[in-house]
Amino acid sequence: MISFSAVSKRYAGGQEALRGVTFALEAGEFAFLTGHSGAGKSTLLKLIPAIERPTSGSVIVNGQNVGALKRSAVPYLRRNLGLVFQDQKLLYDRSIYDNVMLPLSFSGQPPREAARRARAALDKVGLLARERANPIQLSGGEQQRLAIARAVVNRPAMLVADEPTANLDAESAGRIIDIFVSFHQVGVTLLIATHDQALIGRYGKRVLRLVEGKLAP
Amino acid sequence: MIAWLRQHREALARAMGKLLAQRSASLLNALVIGVALSLPAGGYALLANLQQVAQRFTLEPQLSVFLKPEARRAELEGRLRADARVAQLRFVSRDDALKELRQSEGLAEVVAALERNPLPDAFVLRARDGRPAALEALAADVRTMTGIAQVQVDSAWAQRLGALARIGRLALAALAVLLATGLVAVTFNTIRLQILTQRDEIEVSQLLGATDAFIRRPFFYLGLLQGLAGGALGLAILWAGLALLNHGVRDLAQAYGSSFQLAFLSAPESLGVVAFSALLGWMGALLSVSKYLR
Repeated sequence: MISFSAVSKRYAGGQEALRGVTFALEAGEFAFLTGHSGAGKSTLLKLIPAIERPTSGSVIVNGQNVGALKRSAVPYLRRNLGLVFQDQKLLYDRSIYDNVMLPLSFSGQPPREAARRARAALDKVGLLARERANPIQLSGGEQQRLAIARAVVNRPAMLVADEPTANLDAESAGRIIDIFVSFHQVGVTLLIATHDQALIGRYGKRVLRLVEGKLAP
Repeated sequence: MIAWLRQHREALARAMGKLLAQRSASLLNALVIGVALSLPAGGYALLANLQQVAQRFTLEPQLSVFLKPEARRAELEGRLRADARVAQLRFVSRDDALKELRQSEGLAEVVAALERNPLPDAFVLRARDGRPAALEALAADVRTMTGIAQVQVDSAWAQRLGALARIGRLALAALAVLLATGLVAVTFNTIRLQILTQRDEIEVSQLLGATDAFIRRPFFYLGLLQGLAGGALGLAILWAGLALLNHGVRDLAQAYGSSFQLAFLSAPESLGVVAFSALLGWMGALLSVSKYLR
């Protein structure tokens, strides 16, 4: 599904975020990506949907070399990935329902089918009853769940989440991870970045640990 | 294909929504475009009217030769016919001239008020060579003949009017180019502001897999719609302006016994103005989008 080989990323300022990272994630696998702040977790995740490009090495997603992808091909790559961002990137000028509808508007779904999918996604994260509310009215955990609903509405084969439980209490965090687990059970590949060691311990999944831009053995 | 059409319809709907959501700003923008368009369009309409008037008068290479009362007509006619430069010669007696005058528009009352016929006998002469220099030379020669009161080159003023109209058209074209540039700038700025206020939505859409075309489309429609609205408003302003002018023109024309009215632009011309305005809006959007959406 995803394979990184000898991937390095140096930002314009000369800061080296990743150094020779190599790993592969099989289809249907569930892995945590961990490490201290600044260890390169976000950079690694940003390479998968081509938000950033590697300085050297290759990133292969679904058989496509993402680093060499043309700009015009990037949107189609992203539609097949479910992305949950660290800062969520919700739109506060529209309803919860319209936030989830946004990715469906790009792919040209028939309106009836789009509405059905949006409601199914909201139902999955327990926000269907609040579809007319504005995201600003939601709690932190609910906003995170909305971000997940938006990420899965196009039914991607893979979910990539950056610190989805940051700033959440244990109960809300547990609920978020439970939602991810339910997606994993239906075959979705998951890569979740977190520095919450307790959480990682509880699930006993594969762990990729980044230390100063390198994968720890 | 259906999905593609739907995406365009949705982009159009979103652009419409944006216009309606910012009603007063959209109206002001359309007004700016409308006022700017109505100036060259109005100039064009006035020129077209002027040309219509000018075309009623002859442009043939014609001389009017007025005779003195004591002139010997037969001798003069013989000399003029003998001249190789003369293509055609027609004698108009003073009585015929008066009759003609009586029939011409706006002068019937004037003629009726006359106690006696003030007109001279005349020849209307058509030259073989219509160039101004040749006509002037012929006129000068005819003037030297005895019994000639006056020689008038009839096409001269029509040519002068034509030259004036050409200058007018040139000035109008320059004005149109200037204002068109202004309109592109207006749309450019509107779209730029719109892009800035929608920065978050654009960023999120790009991250979630929207193509560049999808993101740009509503802005193109926004420019196009704004141009359309401005064009329609420009026509309305022009129509109102001509209607206002026609009040005065009607009174003036009535004073001359004429029913002359300034004509509005024809249907294809009106359509052209609106289409041109829409095109300018689209161009403004294109410039703005290619500069600010990357």
